[in-house]
Amino acid sequence: MLIFEHSRKNRLNYSQAPATRPAKNNIPDNLKRKSAPLLPEVSEMDTVRHYTRLSQKNFSIDTEFYPLGSCTMKYNPRACNALAMLPQFLSRHPLAPEDTGQGFLACMYELQEILKDVTGMSAVSLTSMAGAQGELIGITMIRAYHEARGDTERTEIIIPDAAHGTNPATAVMCGYKVIEIPTDRDGDVDMEALKAAVSPRTAGLMLTNPSTLGVFEKKVAEMSRVVHEAGGLLYYDGANLNAVLGKVKPGDMGFDVIHMNLHKTFSTPHGGGGPGAAPVGVADCLLPYLPIPIVAHEQGVYRWLTEKDRPQSIGRLSAHMGNAGVLLRAYIYVRLLGAEGMFRIAEYATLNANYLLAELRKLGFEIAYPSRRASHEFIVTMKEIKDKTGVTAMHLAKRLLDKGFHAPTVYFPLLVPECLLIEPAETESKETLDRFVVAMKEILDEIDTQPEMVKTAPHNMPLRKIDDVKAARELDLVWNPAG
Amino acid sequence: MSVPAELKYAKSHEWIKLEADGTVTVGITQHAQELLGDMVFVELPKVGRILAQQEDCAVVESVKAASDIYAPLSGEVIAINAEVESSPEKINEDSYSAWLFKLKPANTAEIDGLLDANGYEKLLESDAH
Repeated sequence: MLIFEHSRKNRLNYSQAPATRPAKNNIPDNLKRKSAPLLPEVSEMDTVRHYTRLSQKNFSIDTEFYPLGSCTMKYNPRACNALAMLPQFLSRHPLAPEDTGQGFLACMYELQEILKDVTGMSAVSLTSMAGAQGELIGITMIRAYHEARGDTERTEIIIPDAAHGTNPATAVMCGYKVIEIPTDRDGDVDMEALKAAVSPRTAGLMLTNPSTLGVFEKKVAEMSRVVHEAGGLLYYDGANLNAVLGKVKPGDMGFDVIHMNLHKTFSTPHGGGGPGAAPVGVADCLLPYLPIPIVAHEQGVYRWLTEKDRPQSIGRLSAHMGNAGVLLRAYIYVRLLGAEGMFRIAEYATLNANYLLAELRKLGFEIAYPSRRASHEFIVTMKEIKDKTGVTAMHLAKRLLDKGFHAPTVYFPLLVPECLLIEPAETESKETLDRFVVAMKEILDEIDTQPEMVKTAPHNMPLRKIDDVKAARELDLVWNPAG
Repeated sequence: MSVPAELKYAKSHEWIKLEADGTVTVGITQHAQELLGDMVFVELPKVGRILAQQEDCAVVESVKAASDIYAPLSGEVIAINAEVESSPEKINEDSYSAWLFKLKPANTAEIDGLLDANGYEKLLESDAH
């Protein structure tokens, strides 16, 4: 039942919590709405029940193993949340004078320094509020760099076909033409195609490493050389940074600009689709263009850098310090881990992925890139199973829900047919991984003995199989009081 | 796999029918619709738009993915199939009758560069390995 269906017209209800300050009603009459908004009129208890029920329907990292490839659904430590909720942080006004917010500024400065250090870049700006915004900043800076040099003939960005869809979208948003290059049989970028694609028109290359295929791009040093020799710059999409954090630095791989998804690698919550944070790091050549605000530390005092300090900056992406609360949680996360703990992230993330890969291969699942070691994630293809039995990746994904596991990513990357992209993350125990392997074995057996059971899953969820085609074709998102 | 002999094909999985009046009709192949799965949305070019060969000019979106459609030949869009916009499932039902748009080719020499049914079948075989 929808909360609107519990509503009774003109039911009055007040919160039982006493007001902490007198209500002010100084909105001018001409700005007040003429009719009441369409809101459910329910009791406080019905409201609580509504939200509690919604949370019970949620399949989340707090309730189930969540191996959603490419998303790094790792545990979000409660301590990060508790410390970021200290009243001194919560009550800070974004426009408060710098001398009243030195503690917060110090946290932001140290986060800049730590991210710089762990990625091998020269400087970091924290302001970006999502991975896609990080990309937009990165490519805008590449554009600013070429324009400042009067190099206006560079109109193309090269992107491998394995990239996330946001990469070509970003390049187009920034006014570039996208040159797509293919992947070879082992999952690496086709070097000959890259060499043929670079030209005096090349503004840059966007690369995700490890790639969305779950393998480390072995020829990254050569790629860097080829693109730089053509006069282009290298962009590092940090979507898969969790696999290499602190082990291989994007700066050492030759990247000029990177973004890091704090909501993935640095464990800030993102199960609900946000809010994100994607700081950008740059090499020396792009330093003048970094977006503001940036925190500087001078003679023991922290202060915001502004347009005056950075006249060539591409500008501001938000009114204040991006998603400040998310940045704080990431800062606390890295401080709790320490340098030594940060190295363990990549070690356990790749160990868990390779363990699962080996166990699933033993069961008979086909691995998309069998000659390669997994990064922090890997791909199983159901193509042969589908051809033989009609059971698809989507069927298996739905059946996993019945067994108490969130499904892996399905049908991405697009290069691999009927694929499951599996990313366990470092925060799962071996026992949990083993339970997942048992569930996958059970489903494999069911595909043999009772395929209909798999094809019609889920059976134990609050809702049975949903007609997602009808839902997409006939979108109906608005509750209508007339019924 | 259904690959009608009378049609021409592009490597990007469009089929092209050469009409008697010199225009061409374009759709996506049976293989392409099967890879994409159930269609939920189709966006077609505006009539009158001038397309370059291989320019992305339409979008088909399924429950799995959104995919660009490329102009197999350069030319002017002279008609679109509004029926597939309102009923995208027509493409799944019969991709060879659910055409997307018609073009007036600007350069008939480009037609020679298209694949015939035989060539397209070979492409599908090599993709499968």
